[in-house]
This record gives sequence, structure tokens and C-alpha cells, in this order.
Amino acid sequence: MNPALPLSDAVFALTFALLMLAPLAIAGVALINTGLGRSRSAAQALLGNLAILAVAAIVFALLGSALAGVPSATACCTGHTFQLAGKPWNWLGAGPMLLSGFASSQPLSQLAVLFEFLAVAMAAMLPWGSGMDRWRLTAGCAAAAVTAAIVFPLMAHWIWGGGWLSQLGVNFGLGAGFIDGGGAATVHVLGGLSALAVIWIAGPRKGKFPKDGLATALPGHNAVYVVFGCLLALVGWLAWNVAGAVLWLHAPLAALPVIAVNTLLAASGAIAATFAVTRVRFGKPDASLCANGWLAGLVASTACAGIVTPAESILVGLVAGIVTPLLVELLELALSIDDPSGAITVHAAGGLWGLVAAGLFAPLAGQLVAQLVGIAALLGVVLPLVYLLFAVLNRVHAFRVDPDGERIGMDLHELGGGAYPEFVIHRDESYR
Amino acid sequence: MKYAGLLVMPAGFFLSIAAVILFPAPAPRAAFVLCGLAVEGLGLAVAVRGHMEARGERRP
Repeated sequence: MNPALPLSDAVFALTFALLMLAPLAIAGVALINTGLGRSRSAAQALLGNLAILAVAAIVFALLGSALAGVPSATACCTGHTFQLAGKPWNWLGAGPMLLSGFASSQPLSQLAVLFEFLAVAMAAMLPWGSGMDRWRLTAGCAAAAVTAAIVFPLMAHWIWGGGWLSQLGVNFGLGAGFIDGGGAATVHVLGGLSALAVIWIAGPRKGKFPKDGLATALPGHNAVYVVFGCLLALVGWLAWNVAGAVLWLHAPLAALPVIAVNTLLAASGAIAATFAVTRVRFGKPDASLCANGWLAGLVASTACAGIVTPAESILVGLVAGIVTPLLVELLELALSIDDPSGAITVHAAGGLWGLVAAGLFAPLAGQLVAQLVGIAALLGVVLPLVYLLFAVLNRVHAFRVDPDGERIGMDLHELGGGAYPEFVIHRDESYR
Repeated sequence: MKYAGLLVMPAGFFLSIAAVILFPAPAPRAAFVLCGLAVEGLGLAVAVRGHMEARGERRP
């Protein structure tokens, strides 16, 4: 990782323009998740993405940004710190509340906060896809508020705000400290683990796991949404990874085209591998699994696009693409985990693989150990913390819709109207 | 059982932190960090197992 330097006007303009394109990644994921759900819950699913984005942005502005701290060139000196083994452990940010002073802060800090707004929106949105068809909209918004207020700021500070994970290199000689250029940990692994917590709490969709026999297939309702979402996500991801590399890895301008190429190659390698695996496994390639493979490649690239070579990027994508369909099947058939959008596989597993790959291919000694310590923090702190917070929230405001709502669909139950009022919705066999 | 698994996971995290602090040499440090991750994996496996058992009991 290069040292942080004041941004030139050109780099500021470029990064700002990229951050204006990055929301396309959010739009793509929202479209994919909606397409993977059922037609009778499509409007609620897409509106839920918007609502969660809004709640996450407001809560992050009010509270989360203060706990995340304001990233800057001198970020190592801000935040709450304790001493252990003679080293400072910066564990919580101490930024200004309500974004006060934001307009007059350094350009680098302003762009970093803007990036964090997009990151928190994406992280809060990912579990929504996994809770589709049974998660109440208001409960989803409440969970987004918890994520934006507590969990995301904690991780963002540890990794991007000069926290202890980012200082592992300085304090313990572990490479450049924990590296996460595009938010594989703070966004995708966090979102994927939150999805697991939601699925555990809300339970599977009705009829998904009958008492006798195998799990029932509940296919997505619109493959066009899913595949178009993949294309949309690519544009957003290219901008996201390049902007992240400028902000968090301080990549020079000359390195940016390679990062964009690596992002594309990782996704391409992943979808090629998923295409081959599903072709061998089922006789024909599966559109929704291929889309998940593509997305898993993008997610893996989020962690390592700024570090690996193009050839290594293809390898990263291939591994992500092979693992994705196998893990989707394992979770559903062997572990009784009903994840309609595949967020656990795509975002949690894909993100974890990307973080490991960043350590494996980084030139600095000790980088792999730094990455593994970061992964230990994600699994050992984030998952239990998110599950605890969501379980408490579920006691206050139940996540799962009542059985009648699940029977008629979330659109009619929660919004009073369907997404496709002029189309006949097929009768669901599982509710006979 | 799920809560037991989720309680084991932070123990793995603290093992990894202890490895970073206590072992300056790269090999034992990496080995103990991996041990911490293995403990977390064990906790996750127990939590998943707990989830599956709970599902089996509640299945209609």
C-alpha cells in the first residue's frame, strides 16, 4: 500500500466521478435479488432495497459516521485507543456527530465518507435479498439501521479509519496491515454474514423444506432481471474497485486500468467456471447460478483487484466460480439454509476468498497473516454480534411476516398491490 | 446449541489476537492464527448443527 498523499484536483475529480457511477453496483445487486425472488413479492423486494438504502444513509449520517471516524491521511491518530502489549489498539472512531464540519474537511476525507455511504447502503441491503418472501419491510429497515449505526462503523473504522486491523503492519510487521481496497470485508462479508443471521432468525420460506423428501425448488421469477443486473453491476463494480483503490490503497493513476481489467477478468473467470460446473452437474448451464458466479467473481475482485496480476485475477475468479454453485447446493440441501439470493455464498464466501487471495498474492511478507487476522475478526466478532443484535431486534419487532402474508405474497400483504397486476400469478403448489 | 457455537467463535478470534501479540516469529504466529480460525470454524459448525436440529423439531 502506498502512503496517503494529498489528492490533486485531477485525482479528486476522477474519484468523485467514479463514486457517482458506483451506485450502479447497488442497482445491479438490487435487480438480481428481485429477479431471484418470487413474482408476488417483487415490488416489496425492490422497494425494500430503496427503503433500506435510505435508512442506512440517514442513520450513518446521524451516528455511524461518528463511530467510523473520518478517514484521512492522519487517521491513525483519531479514535478511541487502549494499550496492549505496548501497542496502541484503535478500536472505535471518534468523528464529529451529524457530519459536522464535513464540508470543510480534506478532499480525501470527503470522498472517503462518500464511499462509506455507498458501502453502508450495500452492506445493509445484502441481507434483504436473503430474507425475501418472508421478511417484513419495517423489520428489514430496522436491521439496516442497526447495521449502519453499530456494525458497519466498527468494521469501517478497524479497516479504513486507521483502526487496529489497518495498523497490523505498523505495529506487528504484518505486511501493510489488513488490506480491503473495495470493501470485501466491510461490505460483502459483513452483508453475507448478516444474511446468515437473518435466515437463522426468520427461518426458511414456507414449503421450502417439507418434512418428507428433498428441499423444494423455488426458482427466481425473472431471469432477465438477474442477468441484466449482472451487467449493471459490472459497471458499478469497475467504478467501485478503482475508486476504492485510490482511496484506501492510495493507488497511483497508472495502476487504475489494471485494477479495472482485474475486476473484469475475475468476473469472467468466475462465470466461465460456474457455467462449466453447472453444465457438468445438471446437463445444462443454470442462468441464476451463473449470475451468482459472476457476482462472486466481482465480490472476490473487490478485495484483491488492486493487488493481483491479470493472470492471478483469472485464477481468483475461477476458484470463486467453481465454489459458488457447489456451496449453494451444500447450504440448501445439506444444511437447510434457505438463501434465495445466495448472499451467503456470493458475498460472504466470495469476499472471504478474495481477502485470502489478496494475502496469498501480495508481495509483502506477513500479508497473508494480516488477512487471516482480519477474517478471524469478521467471523469471531461480526457474526456473533450481528446475530445477537438481530435476535434482540426480532424480539422487539418480529422479522417474519404472519403466515397469511406469506401465503398471499409480500406485495399484496405489505403494499396492497402486486408488481405485475396485469399478469396471472401461478398458484403455488406448496400451499394446497 | 446455536448460541454455544456463536460463543465459541469469539474465542477463536481472541486466540488469533493472542497469536499476533505473543509470537513474534512468523511460523508459530501463522500457525496459531490458523488455530484461531479453526476454532471459529468449529463454532460455526456447531451453530449450523444447532440450526439444523431446531429446524427438524419445528418442521410441520
